Amino acid sequence: MVCLKRVVDYNVRIRVKDDGSGVVTDGVKMSINPFDEIALEEALRIREAGQPVEVIAVSIGPDDCQQQLRTGLAMGADRAILLETDTEVEPLAAARALLKLVEREQPDLVLMGKQAIDDDNNQTGQMLAALWNRPQATFASRLEIADGRATVTREVDDGLEVISIELPAVVTADLRLNEPRYVKLPDIMKAKKKPLERQNLAALGTDMTPRLRLSKYEAPLPRQKGRMVANVDELVSALRDKGFFN
Amino acid sequence: MMTTSGMLIVAEHNGGNLNQSTARCVTCATSIAGARIDVLVLGHECSTVAAQAAALFGVHRVLTVDRPENAAPLAAVLAPQVAELAAGYGYILGPSTTFGKDLMPRVAALLGVGQISDLMAIVGPRAFQRPVYAGNVIVTVEVPEGLKIVATVRTASFKPTPDGGTAEITQARVDAALPSHTSFVELRAGGGGARPDLQTARIVFSGGRGVGSEGNFALLYALADRLGVAVGASRAAVDAGFVPNDMQIGQTGKIIAPDLYIAFGISGAIQHLTGIKDAGLIVAVNKDAEAPIFQVADVGLVADLFQIIPELEKKLG
Ligand SMILES: Cc1cc2nc3c(=O)[nH]c(=O)nc-3n(C[C@H](O)[C@H](O)[C@H](O)COP(=O)(O)OP(=O)(O)OC[C@H]3O[C@@H](n4cnc5c(N)ncnc54)[C@H](O)[C@@H]3O)c2cc1C
Repeated sequence: MVCLKRVVDYNVRIRVKDDGSGVVTDGVKMSINPFDEIALEEALRIREAGQPVEVIAVSIGPDDCQQQLRTGLAMGADRAILLETDTEVEPLAAARALLKLVEREQPDLVLMGKQAIDDDNNQTGQMLAALWNRPQATFASRLEIADGRATVTREVDDGLEVISIELPAVVTADLRLNEPRYVKLPDIMKAKKKPLERQNLAALGTDMTPRLRLSKYEAPLPRQKGRMVANVDELVSALRDKGFFN
Repeated sequence: MMTTSGMLIVAEHNGGNLNQSTARCVTCATSIAGARIDVLVLGHECSTVAAQAAALFGVHRVLTVDRPENAAPLAAVLAPQVAELAAGYGYILGPSTTFGKDLMPRVAALLGVGQISDLMAIVGPRAFQRPVYAGNVIVTVEVPEGLKIVATVRTASFKPTPDGGTAEITQARVDAALPSHTSFVELRAGGGGARPDLQTARIVFSGGRGVGSEGNFALLYALADRLGVAVGASRAAVDAGFVPNDMQIGQTGKIIAPDLYIAFGISGAIQHLTGIKDAGLIVAVNKDAEAPIFQVADVGLVADLFQIIPELEKKLG
């Protein structure tokens, strides 16, 4: 099972709404969260390496998320599930909803990006693993599966950490896990025929009460524009003026 | 007047030494008025770490849970212990490092609450600011009364608290069952070597795709080593295999706040800039006068880095 979040494309220049209630998303290009795309690619590679697995793409959000799920199907997912809702879904609520699907689908592995590039929360995978009471391997840059276990190399501040986890488990993808494939036109056509199940999120009956209130969005204070120097001598004196390398 | 209830800070350490991120969390905690601050050290044979935590100014008490299962920082093993010990606290904080990012959401879920990731500023006892959209937007997050506050603290936003504390150290008891489904295999140290640590260094030199190769990075290392400064990199340099992953700075790498940051051959993508915007002085050397990094640099030099680095070595070294 792979989770795909619909987010503002990473190339878009983000603008805050005038009333501070959020960011402008009308008419803005939306994409699969890049880390989730990597997670999906990894699942496809596991299948292509000969593991007899089905790859299920899951998204939570408005009806429009079908676009991202169709892209996921075009990349190679076998089927898709959309948990539909028009309200904001906090990571804990997402994890609770995903747990319901996990209980139904009984996946061997849940893969998702380590963070979404909109809220940058970096929480949902860990929360799902906690609620499911299963192992987690976050920030994965290498994943090997054998004998019901996964050996995962994780990108941590001190270097690379390797852990071994029993399956089923949750693995969250870092950028260097792989490079996602491009979808080809025939695949997009084929994807139209693949099953995409839609279910109302509220009907799952999970606790969706928000635990946090996001009260105000604002642009960060800009840094003062600096100055240009013409050569190394000027650079060195600029550094020394500021008290460095004296 | 309402006072806030106690705070528990989960210490980050490597068994032998407390990570400086913990002292930064203490500073964050002391800025939330009225709270008593305890530090939790989960480890094995970690009395040195506990003593270091007890010496941090502002810490009231250090709790230790010393058991072999805690030898490696596995989130699945640590989280139930933190969640159990969280019972008496209103705030549970950890650093927004890979350690805290891995662990704290697992704790929050066990407690049935949300998490504030990358807490960067305090608006009130229950209101905080954090960056979203790669730092392009700052959002204020409020936590309703009655819910525990779990957060990871954006370490670059807070200075480490100084030493000078004399907290008592006590052993804490936990009954939580610990899972055996996760085991630590190894830690392969990154590229820093004997160089200063990126997250605590006062001065950082950084190289991007413009440096061109792993071999060329030797030029930057030579200059950095001569001056005793840390070395970082852009994602492009890491992806290209010039340097190891733990040198990456930015949205998905390390967030740093050195006094001086010099970028060589880095274009200044937003995902990179979010990692350095708290730096005191940002200097950019790039041969393209149009590179976006010049929009944020305090001092910019349009030039070829291969010419500039040897000259700097001569004039500064
Ligand atoms: C989801 C996501 C997350 C990301 N996270 C991060 C992150 O955490 N950190 C990060 O850094 N990036 C991140 N990126 C990537 C980011 O968008 C940029 O691609 C990356 O920062 C570019 O690195 P660069 O500046 O080294 O390379 P480039 O953009 O290719 O720039 C190279 C620069 O070097 C200059 N140059 C070339 N030769 C010389 C020379 N001889 N002398 C002087 N200058 C020279 C060029 O003029 C150019 O400006 C992320 C991207 C995505 C999509």
